Amino acid sequence: MTDLTMVHTGKPQIWTRARIGWAIFTAACLLAVGNSVLPDGLVRPPEWLILPFADWINAIFIFVRDDLGLLYLTRAFADGVEWLLDVTANLLYGKNRWPRIGPIPWTVIASIGFVIGYALQGWRLSLLTGGTFVWIAVMGQWKWAMETLSVIVVAAPFSILFGLVMGILAWRSKTFEKILNPILNIAQSLPHFAYMIPVVVFIGVGPKAGAIVTIIFSVPPMIRMSLLGLRKVPHEVIESGHMCGSTRWQLLRHVRIPTARTEILVGVNQVIMQCLAMVVLASFIGMPGLGQKLLQLLQALKIGRSVEIGITIVLLAVMLDRCTKAWATKQPEHFEKGTSFAVRNKFLLLGIGLSLACLVLAQFIPLMDQIGRRDAFTISKPIDAVADWFIVLIDPVTQWLRWFLITWVLIPIRDAFLWMPYAAVLALLAAAGWAIGGLRSALVCLTFFGLIAISGWWDRAMITVYTVVVAVCIAAAMGFPLGIWGSFNEKRASIALLICDTLQTFPSFIYLIPVVMLFGVNDVAVVGAVVLFAAVPLVRYTIEGLRQVPETLIEAADMSGATRMQTLWKVRLPMALPTIMVGVNQSVMFSLFMVIIAAFIGTQDLGQEMQRALSSTDVGKGLVLGLAVAFMGLMVDHLVTTWARAKKEALGLE
Amino acid sequence: MTAASPVISCKNVWKLFGAQPEQYLKSLTGNPGFDEIRQAGYIAAVRDVSLDIAKGEMLVIMGLSGSGKSTFVRCLSRLIDITGGEVQVEGQNIGAMSEKELIDLRRNKMGMVFQSFGLLPHRTVLDNVAFPLEMRGQDRHERRARALEVIELVGLSGREDYFPRELSGGQQQRVGIARSLAIEPDIWFLDEPFSALDPLIRREMQDEFLRLQEMLGKTIVFITHDFDEALRLADRIAIMKDGVVEQCATPDQIVLNPATEYVAKFTEEIEKSRVVHAGVLAREVNGYSLTGAPVGERQTISELARLLVNDSRDFLPVANNAGTLVGAMSRQEALNVLLGEGS
Repeated sequence: MTDLTMVHTGKPQIWTRARIGWAIFTAACLLAVGNSVLPDGLVRPPEWLILPFADWINAIFIFVRDDLGLLYLTRAFADGVEWLLDVTANLLYGKNRWPRIGPIPWTVIASIGFVIGYALQGWRLSLLTGGTFVWIAVMGQWKWAMETLSVIVVAAPFSILFGLVMGILAWRSKTFEKILNPILNIAQSLPHFAYMIPVVVFIGVGPKAGAIVTIIFSVPPMIRMSLLGLRKVPHEVIESGHMCGSTRWQLLRHVRIPTARTEILVGVNQVIMQCLAMVVLASFIGMPGLGQKLLQLLQALKIGRSVEIGITIVLLAVMLDRCTKAWATKQPEHFEKGTSFAVRNKFLLLGIGLSLACLVLAQFIPLMDQIGRRDAFTISKPIDAVADWFIVLIDPVTQWLRWFLITWVLIPIRDAFLWMPYAAVLALLAAAGWAIGGLRSALVCLTFFGLIAISGWWDRAMITVYTVVVAVCIAAAMGFPLGIWGSFNEKRASIALLICDTLQTFPSFIYLIPVVMLFGVNDVAVVGAVVLFAAVPLVRYTIEGLRQVPETLIEAADMSGATRMQTLWKVRLPMALPTIMVGVNQSVMFSLFMVIIAAFIGTQDLGQEMQRALSSTDVGKGLVLGLAVAFMGLMVDHLVTTWARAKKEALGLE
Repeated sequence: MTAASPVISCKNVWKLFGAQPEQYLKSLTGNPGFDEIRQAGYIAAVRDVSLDIAKGEMLVIMGLSGSGKSTFVRCLSRLIDITGGEVQVEGQNIGAMSEKELIDLRRNKMGMVFQSFGLLPHRTVLDNVAFPLEMRGQDRHERRARALEVIELVGLSGREDYFPRELSGGQQQRVGIARSLAIEPDIWFLDEPFSALDPLIRREMQDEFLRLQEMLGKTIVFITHDFDEALRLADRIAIMKDGVVEQCATPDQIVLNPATEYVAKFTEEIEKSRVVHAGVLAREVNGYSLTGAPVGERQTISELARLLVNDSRDFLPVANNAGTLVGAMSRQEALNVLLGEGS
């Protein structure tokens, strides 16, 4: 901006960014208004413009698979993974494979859980970890949960290792990082299903396919965190390593990686959470376990049983999250001189002791070994009863809400989105792009959505866009006030943040349970699930943004005689806006993921097509659809980050 | 002070940061100023520095932040590759060394202490101190024995099993010092070792440092931005500004004869009598008749103040530690140092 004004010294600037934006916006409006008189080629992308991306991708895939013989490589890798899966499967739930010593009695695993939790943080975490296993066993879900865990146990180490190695390579080589970065961006905005289709083609269905798709899906955050960690190692620590005469390898092994420990462990935390989310969803490609059960039960509308499984998944998620986070933040502590071996290693000894005791007891008390379906508790009946009662109670409300939303909100908006000529939509996005980031951003927006237009999935994409727009707007209408309310005092904020953190660890699938319970299987349920999922980051970042406003500014406002409302509107919100927009960004990303997942309860958008591509293992189509979703996300991400960066600079926050 | 051959010898050392510093340096003619170089898009961290450091000497490099002193010391240990000139350590050009030779040099000859300590957070005090020994592949027992020895030397016995974050700043720096001494280096680099500490601890650490130096007698390059610290510790001080050494001389000479205006500004506030030694003021004895008890050459003028005021001799004999006469000091000149030149 400044150099432009320098060129036009003296003259007032006529074509500012905002004005160009408005001009393009006017053009977009004209295109929209003139819908009926526009040539067909501007309303919908004409046939000749649509490029057969799917066929091209398929051709490449077939070439890679058959001619390059990649199939043998992937199958070989998959066999290796399968062998490992069999080992863990045998140990955890007694699948009849080598080493044929399982299943380990549930009490042994639960007691190890107790000890790990205690060692990492204390008795609270100990209760959570141990309690989770006890709940799983008592509710008779041991086998399914172990099927799920056995995959995570195999997949997570692979992801961590791959991620670390890739992170180190990216840190070593700028070129590699430059190549990797856009790939990671796309990978992190591709919906889960887009990963599954190629895996099904290369590996087939079942646990090993589930494990491999989980490995691929969870690698990107590990790469990012390793790179970040290695970058953040203080300069002087590295110099001191040099001055101690370290070779390059010694420096990496003894100085850089251990010093980057915290970031690397945060990466491990993210890997494990991603693994859990993916393993649950991998039920769509025949992965047995909790996800598959949940899917079956939801489709059969068995609310009570699905709530039970839902609780298990949530407990597992929270437990894994808390344990890995505790591990990441745990700092080493010394023992006083002369501390005995037993005290130094008390947790190890306690773990071994308890496990042995349980192992022995399990030989005599069968219930301590395994709890069969017949002995298990269930709370599905009372849950069903309560749910039924509740549904009947609020039925008039939900009925009305459903009717109102569908007839007066969803259908009109959807029709409006579908009515818009594609040229008008593109112009609109270009206008937004130009207003925010000038020509570059306008071109970015045009490229992303232009590619969607010529992929031939315009109408489906618009339905996805409409669902996301509606859901994010409703989520914002709920999330902002909640966030503002939550930010007013420290205590409330910390509780609200804790709740948000916990909700964010839930695999997305879980959010479908309550909405299906309330609304059944339709558009409203989809929007409801997306709203729930998308509101969490909004609340969270609103609170964080408002809490981060410097104390001195608020004191200054107070001393200027501002009321609380004035302080909020004139000081806190403007200062917090960049952070809040990060929340909006995440919210859109989450919505896109959720819309696609929700496809199986009935939508007509890209998600549904993706499910079809999955069942017919059409790699090309699946990837094109996945990329379409990713492009939407990336465009929003580009706009929001560009805007937030400019705003932060203007506010002097960076 | 000067031994036959210097331990470290710098000839016309340049360090420029920018796009293509080597080519730019070649294109330079004459001696452009800092701002001129910046106009061309380069930052001159070290400009044409030539220095020799003798065996057992403590050279303090003094300068404000951004004066290039930290960059310069990194050039001496080749943590940074220089743009032009040559650095020789014990006669070898370190710029021409292979990676392996450089690592060998650091493993056997050099130790360095850092401003923010540079300790490895995941290792105990013992393991931190033993780290350089581990790097050169000494076995565990030897490592442990030597590390314990140095830990005792810096006064941290009993805290071997602590982790760095469990120690105070002063204690952490003691670990840093112990680590840099573990390999018994000949050359010891200290990059603002006490700057991150609070003033009381800083004083204590300086005393500790002087004690160690008296015991060990290493060749030292010490970086500081604190002029008092420099005066207190140095055999010689090099004052840097914008990458150039403005003056390199003993504390006495810097205080008595500042070479540039910049140096003079630093010395203005300093009480000269605390810095200047009798030995520096001593002239040749020729022609004077000296009587009475001599003063020691290492005594500062401020230590001699009472004597100078009460004595009636015009010239005082100055003797070294062995009691040999080294010269005569004019009482008037000494009083001028003590009271200022004035009326």
